[in-house]
Amino acid sequence: MTRLPAIFALAVIVVAIGLGIGPVIGIGLGQGMAGASPFDGYLWQVLRFTLLQAGLSTLLSVGFAIPVSWALFRTTFPGRNLVIQLFALPMALPAIVAVLGIVAIFGRAGLLAKASGVPIDIYGLGGILIAHVFFNLPFAVRLFMQRLDGVAPEPWRLATQLGFSTGDRFRLIGWPAIRSGLTGAASLIFLLCTASFAAVLTLGGGPRATTLEVAIYQALRFDFDPARAGALALVQLVLCAVLVALAGQYALQMHGGASLASRRYGFTPASPGLADTLLIGTATLFVAAPLLAIVLSGISASFAWSAIARASLTSAAIAIASVVMSIALALPMAFAMARAQSRAGQTSFALAGVLSLIVPPAVLATGWFVLVAGFGLSRWLAFLLVAAMNTLMALPFALGALAPAARQVLLPHDRLCASLGLGGLHRLWRIDLPLLRKPLFFAAGICFAVSLGDLTAISLFGSQDLVTLPSLIYAQMGSYRIDSAAATALVLMVLSISVIILAERQGRQS
Amino acid sequence: MKKPAAILYALVTSAVAAQAAPTLTVYTYESFVAEWGPGPKIKEKFEKTCGCTVQWVAIADGVAMLNRLKLEGAATQADVVLGLDTNLTAEAKETGLFGAHHQDASQLSLPIAWTDADFLPFDYGHFAVVYDTEKMTAPPKSLDDLVNGDQNQKVILEDPRSSTPGLGFLLWMKSVYGDKAGEAWHKLKGRILATTPGWSEAYGLFTKGEAPMVLSYTTSPAYHIVAENTQRYKAASFNEGHYLQVEVAGLIDKSPERALAEQFMAFMISPAFQDEIPTSNWMFPAAKTSAPLPETFNTLVKPGKTFLYSPEEVAKNRRSWIDEWLNAVSQ
Repeated sequence: MTRLPAIFALAVIVVAIGLGIGPVIGIGLGQGMAGASPFDGYLWQVLRFTLLQAGLSTLLSVGFAIPVSWALFRTTFPGRNLVIQLFALPMALPAIVAVLGIVAIFGRAGLLAKASGVPIDIYGLGGILIAHVFFNLPFAVRLFMQRLDGVAPEPWRLATQLGFSTGDRFRLIGWPAIRSGLTGAASLIFLLCTASFAAVLTLGGGPRATTLEVAIYQALRFDFDPARAGALALVQLVLCAVLVALAGQYALQMHGGASLASRRYGFTPASPGLADTLLIGTATLFVAAPLLAIVLSGISASFAWSAIARASLTSAAIAIASVVMSIALALPMAFAMARAQSRAGQTSFALAGVLSLIVPPAVLATGWFVLVAGFGLSRWLAFLLVAAMNTLMALPFALGALAPAARQVLLPHDRLCASLGLGGLHRLWRIDLPLLRKPLFFAAGICFAVSLGDLTAISLFGSQDLVTLPSLIYAQMGSYRIDSAAATALVLMVLSISVIILAERQGRQS
Repeated sequence: MKKPAAILYALVTSAVAAQAAPTLTVYTYESFVAEWGPGPKIKEKFEKTCGCTVQWVAIADGVAMLNRLKLEGAATQADVVLGLDTNLTAEAKETGLFGAHHQDASQLSLPIAWTDADFLPFDYGHFAVVYDTEKMTAPPKSLDDLVNGDQNQKVILEDPRSSTPGLGFLLWMKSVYGDKAGEAWHKLKGRILATTPGWSEAYGLFTKGEAPMVLSYTTSPAYHIVAENTQRYKAASFNEGHYLQVEVAGLIDKSPERALAEQFMAFMISPAFQDEIPTSNWMFPAAKTSAPLPETFNTLVKPGKTFLYSPEEVAKNRRSWIDEWLNAVSQ
């Protein structure tokens, strides 16, 4: 019974993506696959660089996120909540805004270079890594904290009774909890970095820094060579699918230890020691400084209020639609993953969840466009397509937040529910949803932020009637109005953090 | 949850109502129809004379517009396509969608002679390296100066694979260096701070002070003078000459509104349209304006020589020239 909605969600995703990639390959076949094999020296170079930068970015983001999330979890200090919420912001920023913020701090004319007097040159792999860690470290920290929050009170109490050292607590309780989310987080971040585009080109220093995504974009857009684009997209698809499946083999499930997801229950937080302070302080500075730079350049600029108001409403409408749709797809999938008996079953759901990150949006958009071209791209249709694409983009995040939580919460109540004769929607409504309240709102916040920051889908389907905050920012930047763009970016950030704070507050209420 | 979203959205976009007058659908690029762009005024002016409604369809940029046409084919909604440049017109012709504009090209005032029967220019600009006078007192005097100059004085370029100015600079290098373009790129490589996906990223980094030079247009300083009242940013005059970008419009041959489209093309090279170009699109008008250009435009760099490859040459060689660039700067 419970599998049916999940299979339906799976079908929706596979069909949506098939409808995107199919027509592109179809046009390519129609042209007689003129581009021949995509495997040339250039492709290998691009592949090598893609894997190198994505691998390093993932390693750094996840590697730092583990100690930072552990330190944040164990400690209490004024402003702790704010730090955690701040960590949700980078995801809501269009790459170009984040890049300008990063440059204001780490660039050649940035704060660090000015303050230290030492010339800094981040253009190259270094710049790419800084940008990717800026985006993904805070995301990973939040995911890991979500895992730590989910640990039941008993182990912590036991640890206190037995007089465990901090190291023992981490080894025996903290680490297994983090590990339960590790593979998922790492795969997700790896894929995000693989698909990264604007940050890689802008900070990469030159065309040596070309990812597969850039090559696909070039093939489709500048050369209008759907055959090559389709072939490259398939290469990316296979490559990423293999990696995700491999990662799935090492996924470690957390067994037992159910909790009502009450925050740090049974756990007495300490005030941070020197190491904790250093860790949390560095991570917070790293994330907050570029954000602050964006705020500062926006705050004194001229706000184009009427345009901003319209764009905010459009952005919010699209984001709300995609939050609803991505949660509606992710929830049954998370349930099915929790109940899947085999690794293969779990992996296939996990794969479907990240499929949308693997297939480049430009390819998806082209395919969808071909399908609807006959109807003319009306405003409503464009709205729907943007919301649908944002749904697919947000889905992996929703799944990443919900799947481990579902596993933790669902199974331990099976016996109880069975003995009470609770099942189906009744159980979903009475037991599962209330138990998942916190991760649900957490996921909703992330999805909202992802959709709010999207510049890809909107630039593929947007028009003068459909302008979101990121597309307004880009349009302003594109006509010398860099100050107004900074002001709009500030509004985007405020909107985003407000929604995240609101969502998390809702999540805490029972 | 879905209902408020729908209502919100309806509120946002409840502008356009049904009309009985004929509608002219014009595909154009986004910044043309932004509220600060020339689009809104041009629509207003043309609607006064044509007894029709102008419907803009904004698409990211010229390349995206052309791709849209390729995908739509004969089913396209467009009557007029405004905002391609000469690097795209050969490919645009291959779609077989465009028809003759039937306008008198002698009304145009361009740095080159115009003979294309299908595409009609509406503005033009020369590419130029714009520099920050606070960071640089001795700007390069030629492309060769730029290529061989101090490697610590960096320049920000755009990627020719994804950006129009990027492609323009590639063609500029090719015009000046011909077969030696690869070597020249290899020398220039050390001077390039970043090769960004689009003009916006490049100009954003430049105004943040990341590099003293950026590839833009000779008209860029005019914006800073007129809108920001600052002389800080100037274009460097290169003695070999500058590469030209000509922005054009074309009409769809089989459009049911073909007569109206032709009327629009005539309007496009009239002063009413051209007046909006200089200080809204920050380009040079392609035909007479009703008043002389703002004084600022006389202070801009005037290229001694203009480079422009024919659309056919660009279409034929673009791929191999991009490969040449990739090889030279990737090593």
